[in-house]
Amino acid sequence: MAKIHVNTTINGAPTEFLCDANQTLLDVLRDNLGLTGSKEGCGSGDCGACSVMVNGRLVCSCLVLAPEAQGMKIETIEGMAEGDKLHPLQKKFVEMAALQCGICTPGFLIASKALLEKYPNPTEDEVRYWLAGNLCRCTGYDKIVTAVLDVAAEMRESAR
Amino acid sequence: MSEIQYQSAKTVKEAVKYMQAAKGKGYILAGGTDLLVQMKSGARSPGVIVDVKKIPEMVTVTEKNGSFTIGAATPAAVLGENKKLRKTWPGVIEACNLIGSTQVQGRASAGGNLCNASPAADSVPALVAAGCIVNVAGPTGKRKIPVEEFCTGPGKTSLKTGEIVVSLTLPKRPKNSSDAYLRLIPRTEMDIAVVGVGVSLTMKGDTVADARVGLGAVAPTVLLVKDAAKALIGSKLDDAALDAAAAACSAACNPINDKRGTIKYRTKIAGVLLKRSAMIARDRINGIEHRGHRPV
Ligand SMILES: Cc1cc2nc3c(=O)[nH]c(=O)nc-3n(C[C@H](O)[C@H](O)[C@H](O)COP(=O)(O)OP(=O)(O)OC[C@H]3O[C@@H](n4cnc5c(N)ncnc54)[C@H](O)[C@@H]3O)c2cc1C
Ligand code: FES
Ligand code: FES
Repeated sequence: MAKIHVNTTINGAPTEFLCDANQTLLDVLRDNLGLTGSKEGCGSGDCGACSVMVNGRLVCSCLVLAPEAQGMKIETIEGMAEGDKLHPLQKKFVEMAALQCGICTPGFLIASKALLEKYPNPTEDEVRYWLAGNLCRCTGYDKIVTAVLDVAAEMRESAR
Repeated sequence: MSEIQYQSAKTVKEAVKYMQAAKGKGYILAGGTDLLVQMKSGARSPGVIVDVKKIPEMVTVTEKNGSFTIGAATPAAVLGENKKLRKTWPGVIEACNLIGSTQVQGRASAGGNLCNASPAADSVPALVAAGCIVNVAGPTGKRKIPVEEFCTGPGKTSLKTGEIVVSLTLPKRPKNSSDAYLRLIPRTEMDIAVVGVGVSLTMKGDTVADARVGLGAVAPTVLLVKDAAKALIGSKLDDAALDAAAAACSAACNPINDKRGTIKYRTKIAGVLLKRSAMIARDRINGIEHRGHRPV
Protein backbone atom coordinates (compact mmCIF):
# COMPACT_ATOMS: atom_id res chain seq x y z
CA MET A 1 0.00 0.00 0.00
CA ALA A 2 1.33 3.43 -0.91
CA LYS A 3 2.21 5.34 2.24
CA ILE A 4 1.18 8.94 2.81
CA HIS A 5 3.94 11.41 3.68
CA VAL A 6 2.90 13.82 6.44
CA ASN A 7 4.69 16.94 7.70
CA THR A 8 3.57 18.12 11.09
CA THR A 9 4.76 19.78 14.30
CA ILE A 10 4.82 17.77 17.51
CA ASN A 11 5.59 19.54 20.78
CA GLY A 12 7.17 22.36 18.80
CA ALA A 13 9.45 20.14 16.71
CA PRO A 14 8.90 19.77 12.95
CA THR A 15 8.23 16.08 12.42
CA GLU A 16 7.56 13.93 9.37
CA PHE A 17 6.21 10.43 9.09
CA LEU A 18 4.78 7.92 6.65
CA CYS A 19 1.37 6.43 7.36
CA ASP A 20 -1.56 4.54 5.87
CA ALA A 21 -4.82 6.33 5.03
CA ASN A 22 -6.71 4.61 7.82
CA GLN A 23 -4.06 4.80 10.54
CA THR A 24 -4.97 6.94 13.51
CA LEU A 25 -2.86 9.73 14.93
CA LEU A 26 -2.61 7.70 18.15
CA ASP A 27 -1.17 4.72 16.25
CA VAL A 28 1.42 6.91 14.57
CA LEU A 29 2.40 8.67 17.79
CA ARG A 30 2.87 5.38 19.60
CA ASP A 31 4.03 2.95 16.93
CA ASN A 32 5.85 5.09 14.35
CA LEU A 33 7.22 7.90 16.51
CA GLY A 34 7.74 6.12 19.84
CA LEU A 35 5.69 8.71 21.74
CA THR A 36 4.01 6.16 23.98
CA GLY A 37 2.82 8.63 26.63
CA SER A 38 -0.60 8.84 24.97
CA LYS A 39 -2.45 5.63 25.83
CA GLU A 40 -5.09 3.59 24.07
CA GLY A 41 -7.84 2.68 26.51
CA CYS A 42 -10.72 2.09 24.15
CA GLY A 43 -9.95 3.32 20.64
CA SER A 44 -13.48 4.67 20.33
CA GLY A 45 -13.50 8.13 21.93
CA ASP A 46 -14.91 7.01 25.27
CA CYS A 47 -11.96 7.01 27.69
CA GLY A 48 -9.79 10.04 26.88
CA ALA A 49 -6.49 8.22 27.59
CA CYS A 50 -5.31 9.25 24.12
CA SER A 51 -6.04 12.98 24.63
CA VAL A 52 -3.78 15.38 22.74
CA MET A 53 -4.04 18.98 21.55
CA VAL A 54 -4.44 19.53 17.82
CA ASN A 55 -4.13 23.18 16.75
CA GLY A 56 -4.97 24.22 20.31
CA ARG A 57 -8.02 21.95 20.65
CA LEU A 58 -8.39 19.04 23.00
CA VAL A 59 -9.22 15.88 21.00
CA CYS A 60 -9.00 12.10 21.20
CA SER A 61 -6.05 11.08 19.01
CA CYS A 62 -7.69 7.68 18.46
CA LEU A 63 -10.41 9.49 16.49
CA VAL A 64 -8.05 11.56 14.33
CA LEU A 65 -6.65 10.09 11.12
CA ALA A 66 -2.87 10.37 10.88
CA PRO A 67 -2.94 12.06 7.44
CA GLU A 68 -5.06 14.83 8.96
CA ALA A 69 -1.97 15.89 10.94
CA GLN A 70 -0.48 17.47 7.79
CA GLY A 71 0.40 21.07 8.66
CA MET A 72 -1.07 20.82 12.17
CA LYS A 73 0.43 21.63 15.55
CA ILE A 74 0.20 18.69 17.92
CA GLU A 75 0.93 18.71 21.63
CA THR A 76 1.27 15.48 23.59
CA ILE A 77 2.05 14.59 27.19
CA GLU A 78 5.74 14.32 26.25
CA GLY A 79 5.79 18.10 25.82
CA MET A 80 4.23 18.94 29.17
CA ALA A 81 7.28 18.95 31.45
CA GLU A 82 10.17 21.27 30.61
CA GLY A 83 13.10 18.90 30.90
CA ASP A 84 13.08 17.77 34.53
CA LYS A 85 10.70 20.55 35.54
CA LEU A 86 7.23 19.13 35.92
CA HIS A 87 4.13 21.15 35.04
CA PRO A 88 2.25 22.22 38.20
CA LEU A 89 -0.51 19.73 37.34
CA GLN A 90 2.00 16.88 37.06
CA LYS A 91 3.55 17.84 40.39
CA LYS A 92 0.20 18.04 42.11
CA PHE A 93 -0.98 14.70 40.71
CA VAL A 94 2.13 13.09 42.23
CA GLU A 95 1.82 14.94 45.54
CA MET A 96 -1.85 14.17 45.99
CA ALA A 97 -1.70 10.62 44.62
CA ALA A 98 -4.21 11.49 41.92
CA LEU A 99 -3.15 8.35 40.10
CA GLN A 100 -2.67 4.67 40.75
CA CYS A 101 -1.92 2.57 37.67
CA GLY A 102 -1.34 5.75 35.64
CA ILE A 103 -2.91 4.64 32.37
CA CYS A 104 -5.46 7.46 32.43
CA THR A 105 -3.02 10.07 33.76
CA PRO A 106 -1.55 11.50 30.52
CA GLY A 107 -5.08 12.06 29.23
CA PHE A 108 -6.26 13.69 32.44
CA LEU A 109 -3.19 15.95 32.50
CA ILE A 110 -3.60 17.10 28.90
CA ALA A 111 -7.34 17.68 29.39
CA SER A 112 -6.86 19.50 32.71
CA LYS A 113 -4.17 21.74 31.23
CA ALA A 114 -6.52 22.63 28.37
CA LEU A 115 -9.21 23.47 30.92
CA LEU A 116 -7.05 25.73 33.08
CA GLU A 117 -5.56 27.57 30.12
CA LYS A 118 -9.04 28.48 28.99
CA TYR A 119 -10.93 28.73 32.27
CA PRO A 120 -8.54 29.53 35.14
CA ASN A 121 -11.32 29.59 37.72
CA PRO A 122 -13.56 26.57 37.18
CA THR A 123 -16.08 25.30 39.72
CA GLU A 124 -15.93 21.69 40.87
CA ASP A 125 -18.98 20.95 38.73
CA GLU A 126 -17.24 22.44 35.69
CA VAL A 127 -14.08 20.41 36.30
CA ARG A 128 -16.11 17.21 36.56
CA TYR A 129 -18.05 17.89 33.35
CA TRP A 130 -14.95 19.04 31.45
CA LEU A 131 -13.23 15.77 32.42
CA ALA A 132 -16.29 13.56 31.84
CA GLY A 133 -14.61 12.11 28.75
CA ASN A 134 -11.63 10.90 30.78
CA LEU A 135 -12.21 7.59 32.52
CA CYS A 136 -10.23 6.27 35.47
CA ARG A 137 -10.65 2.77 36.82
CA CYS A 138 -8.51 3.31 39.92
CA THR A 139 -8.79 6.61 41.76
CA GLY A 140 -12.51 7.24 42.07
CA TYR A 141 -11.90 10.71 40.53
CA ASP A 142 -12.02 12.75 43.75
CA LYS A 143 -8.26 13.12 44.07
CA ILE A 144 -7.99 14.12 40.42
CA VAL A 145 -10.69 16.76 40.71
CA THR A 146 -9.20 18.11 43.95
CA ALA A 147 -5.73 18.25 42.37
CA VAL A 148 -7.04 20.23 39.40
CA LEU A 149 -8.92 22.67 41.65
CA ASP A 150 -5.83 23.13 43.85
CA VAL A 151 -3.57 23.83 40.89
CA ALA A 152 -6.15 26.26 39.50
CA ALA A 153 -6.10 28.17 42.81
CA GLU A 154 -2.28 28.17 42.96
CA MET A 155 -1.92 29.31 39.37
CA ARG A 156 -4.39 32.15 39.96
CA GLU A 157 -2.47 33.12 43.10
CA SER A 158 0.91 33.21 41.35
CA ALA A 159 -0.56 35.14 38.41
CA ARG A 160 -1.62 37.98 40.71
CA MET B 1 -7.27 -5.60 -3.52
CA SER B 2 -9.00 -2.34 -2.84
CA GLU B 3 -6.84 0.28 -1.21
CA ILE B 4 -8.31 2.85 1.09
CA GLN B 5 -7.49 6.42 0.08
CA TYR B 6 -7.40 9.70 1.98
CA GLN B 7 -8.13 12.92 0.10
CA SER B 8 -8.18 16.39 1.57
CA ALA B 9 -10.42 18.56 -0.60
CA LYS B 10 -9.73 22.29 -0.94
CA THR B 11 -13.10 23.25 -2.41
CA VAL B 12 -16.67 21.95 -2.34
CA LYS B 13 -16.37 21.19 -6.04
CA GLU B 14 -13.29 19.06 -5.44
CA ALA B 15 -15.01 17.18 -2.59
CA VAL B 16 -18.01 16.44 -4.81
CA LYS B 17 -15.67 15.22 -7.57
CA TYR B 18 -13.94 12.79 -5.19
CA MET B 19 -17.28 11.56 -3.87
CA GLN B 20 -18.69 11.07 -7.36
CA ALA B 21 -15.58 9.20 -8.51
CA ALA B 22 -15.79 6.93 -5.45
CA LYS B 23 -19.14 5.57 -6.74
CA GLY B 24 -20.82 5.16 -3.38
CA LYS B 25 -17.63 4.02 -1.59
CA GLY B 26 -16.71 7.57 -0.59
CA TYR B 27 -17.21 8.92 2.90
CA ILE B 28 -16.94 12.53 3.95
CA LEU B 29 -14.68 13.01 6.97
CA ALA B 30 -15.80 15.86 9.19
CA GLY B 31 -14.87 15.29 12.85
CA GLY B 32 -14.65 11.54 12.39
CA THR B 33 -16.25 10.84 15.77
CA ASP B 34 -18.81 8.57 14.10
CA LEU B 35 -16.89 7.57 10.99
CA LEU B 36 -13.68 6.38 12.70
CA VAL B 37 -15.61 4.42 15.31
CA GLN B 38 -17.62 2.78 12.51
CA MET B 39 -14.49 2.01 10.49
CA LYS B 40 -12.85 0.37 13.50
CA SER B 41 -15.90 -1.78 14.22
CA GLY B 42 -16.11 -2.76 10.56
CA ALA B 43 -19.54 -1.18 10.14
CA ARG B 44 -18.13 1.08 7.40
CA SER B 45 -15.30 0.32 4.98
CA PRO B 46 -14.71 3.36 2.83
CA GLY B 47 -12.83 3.20 -0.44
CA VAL B 48 -12.10 6.90 -0.26
CA ILE B 49 -12.17 9.20 2.76
CA VAL B 50 -12.76 12.82 1.76
CA ASP B 51 -11.64 15.27 4.45
CA VAL B 52 -13.58 18.52 4.10
CA LYS B 53 -12.03 20.50 6.96
CA LYS B 54 -9.69 22.44 4.64
CA ILE B 55 -12.71 23.90 2.82
CA PRO B 56 -13.23 27.34 4.42
CA GLU B 57 -17.00 27.55 3.91
CA MET B 58 -17.45 24.15 5.56
CA VAL B 59 -15.72 25.12 8.80
CA THR B 60 -16.89 28.68 9.39
CA VAL B 61 -20.00 30.42 10.63
CA THR B 62 -21.30 33.43 8.71
CA GLU B 63 -24.16 35.82 9.37
CA LYS B 64 -26.09 37.62 6.67
CA ASN B 65 -29.14 39.82 7.38
CA GLY B 66 -29.65 38.09 10.71
CA SER B 67 -29.52 34.58 9.27
CA PHE B 68 -26.64 32.32 10.35
CA THR B 69 -25.03 29.74 8.06
CA ILE B 70 -22.98 27.10 9.83
CA GLY B 71 -20.29 25.24 7.88
CA ALA B 72 -21.30 21.56 8.05
CA ALA B 73 -17.93 20.43 9.45
CA THR B 74 -17.48 23.20 12.05
CA PRO B 75 -16.60 21.57 15.40
CA ALA B 76 -19.28 21.93 18.08
CA ALA B 77 -16.77 23.60 20.42
CA VAL B 78 -16.27 26.37 17.84
CA LEU B 79 -20.04 26.88 17.59
CA GLY B 80 -20.26 27.18 21.38
CA GLU B 81 -17.59 29.88 21.39
CA ASN B 82 -19.54 32.04 18.92
CA LYS B 83 -21.30 34.39 21.36
CA LYS B 84 -23.74 35.90 18.88
CA LEU B 85 -24.79 32.53 17.51
CA ARG B 86 -25.23 31.22 21.05
CA LYS B 87 -27.30 34.21 22.03
CA THR B 88 -29.56 33.94 18.97
CA TRP B 89 -29.93 30.13 19.01
CA PRO B 90 -29.18 28.96 22.57
CA GLY B 91 -31.18 25.76 22.02
CA VAL B 92 -29.33 24.75 18.85
CA ILE B 93 -25.99 25.46 20.50
CA GLU B 94 -26.76 23.67 23.76
CA ALA B 95 -27.83 20.66 21.67
CA CYS B 96 -24.55 20.72 19.71
CA ASN B 97 -22.59 21.17 22.92
CA LEU B 98 -24.22 18.09 24.49
CA ILE B 99 -22.57 15.83 21.90
CA GLY B 100 -20.00 13.68 23.70
CA SER B 101 -17.11 14.84 25.87
CA THR B 102 -14.91 17.94 25.70
CA GLN B 103 -12.60 15.93 23.44
CA VAL B 104 -15.47 14.91 21.14
CA GLN B 105 -16.64 18.55 21.09
CA GLY B 106 -13.30 19.55 19.60
CA ARG B 107 -14.13 17.53 16.49
CA ALA B 108 -17.82 16.60 16.24
CA SER B 109 -19.84 18.69 13.79
CA ALA B 110 -23.54 19.39 13.33
CA GLY B 111 -23.22 18.25 9.70
CA GLY B 112 -21.75 14.92 10.80
CA ASN B 113 -24.39 14.52 13.49
CA LEU B 114 -27.08 15.04 10.84
CA CYS B 115 -25.49 12.91 8.08
CA ASN B 116 -24.86 10.01 10.46
CA ALA B 117 -28.67 9.93 10.64
CA SER B 118 -29.04 8.49 14.13
CA PRO B 119 -32.61 8.93 15.42
CA ALA B 120 -31.00 9.99 18.72
CA ALA B 121 -28.65 12.63 17.25
CA ASP B 122 -28.73 15.51 19.72
CA SER B 123 -28.41 18.49 17.39
CA VAL B 124 -31.17 17.40 15.04
CA PRO B 125 -34.35 18.02 17.13
CA ALA B 126 -33.04 21.52 17.87
CA LEU B 127 -32.27 22.10 14.17
CA VAL B 128 -35.77 20.87 13.28
CA ALA B 129 -37.31 23.25 15.81
CA ALA B 130 -35.14 26.05 14.39
CA GLY B 131 -36.45 25.51 10.84
CA CYS B 132 -32.93 24.81 9.56
CA ILE B 133 -32.29 24.45 5.84
CA VAL B 134 -29.63 21.96 4.71
CA ASN B 135 -27.46 23.28 1.84
CA VAL B 136 -26.42 20.38 -0.39
CA ALA B 137 -23.96 20.36 -3.29
CA GLY B 138 -23.64 17.54 -5.80
CA PRO B 139 -22.61 16.62 -9.33
CA THR B 140 -25.75 18.24 -10.78
CA GLY B 141 -25.59 21.42 -8.71
CA LYS B 142 -26.94 22.70 -5.43
CA ARG B 143 -30.20 22.09 -3.63
CA LYS B 144 -31.79 22.98 -0.31
CA ILE B 145 -33.56 20.47 1.94
CA PRO B 146 -35.63 21.29 5.06
CA VAL B 147 -33.78 19.51 7.86
CA GLU B 148 -36.83 17.45 8.91
CA GLU B 149 -36.88 15.85 5.44
CA PHE B 150 -33.16 15.11 5.33
CA CYS B 151 -33.03 11.76 7.14
CA THR B 152 -35.12 8.93 5.74
CA GLY B 153 -34.43 6.22 8.33
CA PRO B 154 -31.80 5.12 10.84
CA GLY B 155 -28.43 5.69 9.10
CA LYS B 156 -30.17 6.81 5.89
CA THR B 157 -30.28 10.26 4.32
CA SER B 158 -31.74 11.73 1.16
CA LEU B 159 -28.25 12.49 -0.21
CA LYS B 160 -27.61 11.00 -3.66
CA THR B 161 -24.24 9.60 -4.75
CA GLY B 162 -21.71 12.42 -4.95
CA GLU B 163 -23.80 14.81 -2.87
CA ILE B 164 -22.47 16.40 0.29
CA VAL B 165 -23.84 18.76 2.92
CA VAL B 166 -22.03 22.09 2.67
CA SER B 167 -23.73 24.07 5.41
CA LEU B 168 -26.79 24.56 7.57
CA THR B 169 -28.77 27.79 7.42
CA LEU B 170 -30.79 29.06 10.36
CA PRO B 171 -33.48 31.58 9.41
CA LYS B 172 -33.53 35.20 10.57
CA ARG B 173 -35.00 35.45 14.04
CA PRO B 174 -38.10 37.59 14.69
CA LYS B 175 -37.96 39.68 17.89
CA ASN B 176 -38.82 37.92 21.14
CA SER B 177 -37.72 34.51 19.92
CA SER B 178 -35.64 31.83 21.57
CA ASP B 179 -35.20 28.08 21.75
CA ALA B 180 -34.21 25.22 24.03
CA TYR B 181 -33.15 21.58 23.81
CA LEU B 182 -33.44 18.96 26.54
CA ARG B 183 -32.52 15.31 26.41
CA LEU B 184 -32.98 12.53 28.90
CA ILE B 185 -30.04 10.19 29.44
CA PRO B 186 -29.68 7.55 32.16
CA ARG B 187 -26.34 9.06 33.24
CA THR B 188 -25.46 12.74 33.62
CA GLU B 189 -22.98 12.92 30.72
CA MET B 190 -21.59 10.87 27.82
CA ASP B 191 -24.70 8.93 26.90
CA ILE B 192 -27.21 8.56 24.07
CA ALA B 193 -30.56 10.33 24.30
CA VAL B 194 -33.54 8.23 25.38
CA VAL B 195 -35.68 11.18 24.29
CA GLY B 196 -34.64 14.62 22.98
CA VAL B 197 -36.93 17.62 22.50
CA GLY B 198 -36.18 20.93 20.81
CA VAL B 199 -38.62 23.85 21.05
CA SER B 200 -38.38 27.20 19.30
CA LEU B 201 -40.77 29.98 20.30
CA THR B 202 -41.66 33.48 19.21
CA MET B 203 -43.74 35.44 21.74
CA LYS B 204 -45.93 38.49 21.30
CA GLY B 205 -46.40 39.86 24.79
CA ASP B 206 -47.18 36.79 26.86
CA THR B 207 -48.78 34.91 23.96
CA VAL B 208 -47.01 32.41 21.72
CA ALA B 209 -46.99 33.85 18.19
CA ASP B 210 -45.05 31.01 16.58
CA ALA B 211 -43.61 27.66 17.63
CA ARG B 212 -41.79 24.66 16.22
CA VAL B 213 -41.12 21.38 17.97
CA GLY B 214 -38.51 18.72 17.07
CA LEU B 215 -38.63 15.30 18.74
CA GLY B 216 -35.74 12.83 18.74
CA ALA B 217 -34.98 9.21 19.73
CA VAL B 218 -38.62 8.09 19.66
CA ALA B 219 -39.03 7.14 15.98
CA PRO B 220 -36.83 6.00 13.05
CA THR B 221 -36.08 9.66 12.27
CA VAL B 222 -36.28 12.92 14.20
CA LEU B 223 -39.81 14.29 13.91
CA LEU B 224 -41.29 17.73 13.35
CA VAL B 225 -44.35 17.68 15.62
CA LYS B 226 -46.76 20.13 14.04
CA ASP B 227 -49.63 19.28 16.40
CA ALA B 228 -47.52 20.19 19.43
CA ALA B 229 -46.64 23.53 17.85
CA LYS B 230 -50.33 24.12 17.04
CA ALA B 231 -51.26 23.52 20.69
CA LEU B 232 -48.73 26.12 21.81
CA ILE B 233 -49.45 28.85 19.23
CA GLY B 234 -51.98 31.38 20.51
CA SER B 235 -51.62 30.18 24.10
CA LYS B 236 -49.97 31.83 27.06
CA LEU B 237 -48.12 28.57 27.78
CA ASP B 238 -50.77 27.82 30.39
CA ASP B 239 -51.14 24.30 31.78
CA ALA B 240 -53.91 23.35 29.33
CA ALA B 241 -51.80 24.34 26.30
CA LEU B 242 -48.69 22.62 27.67
CA ASP B 243 -50.70 19.46 28.43
CA ALA B 244 -52.13 19.46 24.91
CA ALA B 245 -48.69 19.96 23.35
CA ALA B 246 -47.21 17.24 25.58
CA ALA B 247 -49.99 14.87 24.53
CA ALA B 248 -49.24 15.66 20.86
CA CYS B 249 -45.58 14.77 21.41
CA SER B 250 -46.49 11.52 23.13
CA ALA B 251 -48.91 10.71 20.30
CA ALA B 252 -46.16 11.26 17.72
CA CYS B 253 -43.86 8.72 19.39
CA ASN B 254 -43.13 5.42 17.71
CA PRO B 255 -40.16 4.33 19.80
CA ILE B 256 -38.21 1.15 20.34
CA ASN B 257 -38.16 -0.80 23.59
CA ASP B 258 -34.66 -1.33 24.93
CA LYS B 259 -32.71 -1.50 28.13
CA ARG B 260 -32.27 2.26 28.14
CA GLY B 261 -35.97 3.09 27.88
CA THR B 262 -39.24 1.27 27.40
CA ILE B 263 -41.86 2.40 24.91
CA LYS B 264 -44.11 3.56 27.74
CA TYR B 265 -41.33 5.53 29.42
CA ARG B 266 -40.10 7.21 26.23
CA THR B 267 -43.65 8.17 25.27
CA LYS B 268 -44.31 9.76 28.64
CA ILE B 269 -40.94 11.55 28.80
CA ALA B 270 -41.46 13.07 25.35
CA GLY B 271 -44.33 15.11 26.81
CA VAL B 272 -42.46 16.02 29.98
CA LEU B 273 -39.43 17.33 28.08
CA LEU B 274 -41.68 19.29 25.69
CA LYS B 275 -43.13 21.23 28.63
CA ARG B 276 -39.74 21.91 30.22
CA SER B 277 -38.13 22.96 26.94
CA ALA B 278 -40.97 25.32 26.11
CA MET B 279 -40.66 26.97 29.50
CA ILE B 280 -36.89 27.36 29.15
CA ALA B 281 -37.35 28.93 25.70
CA ARG B 282 -39.86 31.39 27.21
CA ASP B 283 -37.50 32.15 30.10
CA ARG B 284 -34.77 32.98 27.62
CA ILE B 285 -37.06 35.35 25.75
CA ASN B 286 -37.64 37.03 29.11
CA GLY B 287 -33.91 37.36 29.69
CA ILE B 288 -33.58 34.51 32.20
CA GLU B 289 -30.40 32.52 31.53
CA HIS B 290 -30.23 28.73 31.49
CA ARG B 291 -26.84 27.16 30.89
CA GLY B 292 -25.15 23.78 30.85
CA HIS B 293 -22.47 22.30 33.09
CA ARG B 294 -19.35 22.90 31.05
CA PRO B 295 -17.62 26.26 31.48
CA VAL B 296 -18.41 28.90 28.82
C1 LIG C 1 -17.51 9.22 22.91
C2 LIG C 1 -18.60 9.67 21.98
C3 LIG C 1 -19.73 10.28 22.50
C4 LIG C 1 -20.75 10.71 21.65
N1 LIG C 1 -21.84 11.31 22.21
C5 LIG C 1 -22.83 11.76 21.40
C6 LIG C 1 -23.94 12.43 21.96
O1 LIG C 1 -24.02 12.66 23.17
N2 LIG C 1 -24.94 12.84 21.13
C7 LIG C 1 -24.88 12.63 19.78
O2 LIG C 1 -25.79 13.03 19.08
N3 LIG C 1 -23.82 11.99 19.23
C8 LIG C 1 -22.80 11.55 20.00
N4 LIG C 1 -21.73 10.91 19.45
C9 LIG C 1 -21.69 10.65 18.00
C10 LIG C 1 -20.92 11.70 17.17
O3 LIG C 1 -19.95 12.35 17.95
C11 LIG C 1 -21.85 12.76 16.59
O4 LIG C 1 -22.82 12.17 15.79
C12 LIG C 1 -21.09 13.84 15.80
O5 LIG C 1 -21.89 14.98 15.63
C13 LIG C 1 -20.62 13.38 14.44
O6 LIG C 1 -19.97 14.45 13.81
P1 LIG C 1 -18.57 14.27 13.09
O7 LIG C 1 -18.22 15.60 12.52
O8 LIG C 1 -17.58 13.66 13.98
O9 LIG C 1 -18.99 13.27 11.93
P2 LIG C 1 -18.17 12.18 11.05
O10 LIG C 1 -17.82 11.05 11.90
O11 LIG C 1 -17.04 12.92 10.38
O12 LIG C 1 -19.27 11.85 10.01
C14 LIG C 1 -20.44 11.12 10.37
C15 LIG C 1 -21.08 10.54 9.11
O13 LIG C 1 -21.64 11.56 8.29
C16 LIG C 1 -20.98 11.65 7.05
N5 LIG C 1 -20.76 13.08 6.82
C17 LIG C 1 -20.16 13.94 7.70
N6 LIG C 1 -20.19 15.19 7.22
C18 LIG C 1 -20.82 15.13 6.02
C19 LIG C 1 -21.15 16.12 5.04
N7 LIG C 1 -20.84 17.41 5.21
N8 LIG C 1 -21.80 15.71 3.92
C20 LIG C 1 -22.12 14.40 3.74
N9 LIG C 1 -21.82 13.42 4.64
C21 LIG C 1 -21.19 13.79 5.76
C22 LIG C 1 -19.70 10.87 7.20
O14 LIG C 1 -19.26 10.32 5.98
C23 LIG C 1 -20.11 9.82 8.21
O15 LIG C 1 -20.78 8.76 7.59
C24 LIG C 1 -20.65 10.50 20.26
C25 LIG C 1 -19.50 9.89 19.74
C26 LIG C 1 -18.47 9.49 20.57
C27 LIG C 1 -17.25 8.86 19.99
S1 FES D 1 -8.30 5.48 23.38
FE1 FES D 1 -9.02 7.31 22.55
S2 FES D 1 -10.69 7.76 23.82
FE2 FES D 1 -10.08 5.82 24.57
S1 FES E 1 -5.03 5.57 37.68
FE1 FES E 1 -5.55 3.67 36.84
S2 FES E 1 -7.05 4.24 35.36
FE2 FES E 1 -6.73 6.05 36.40
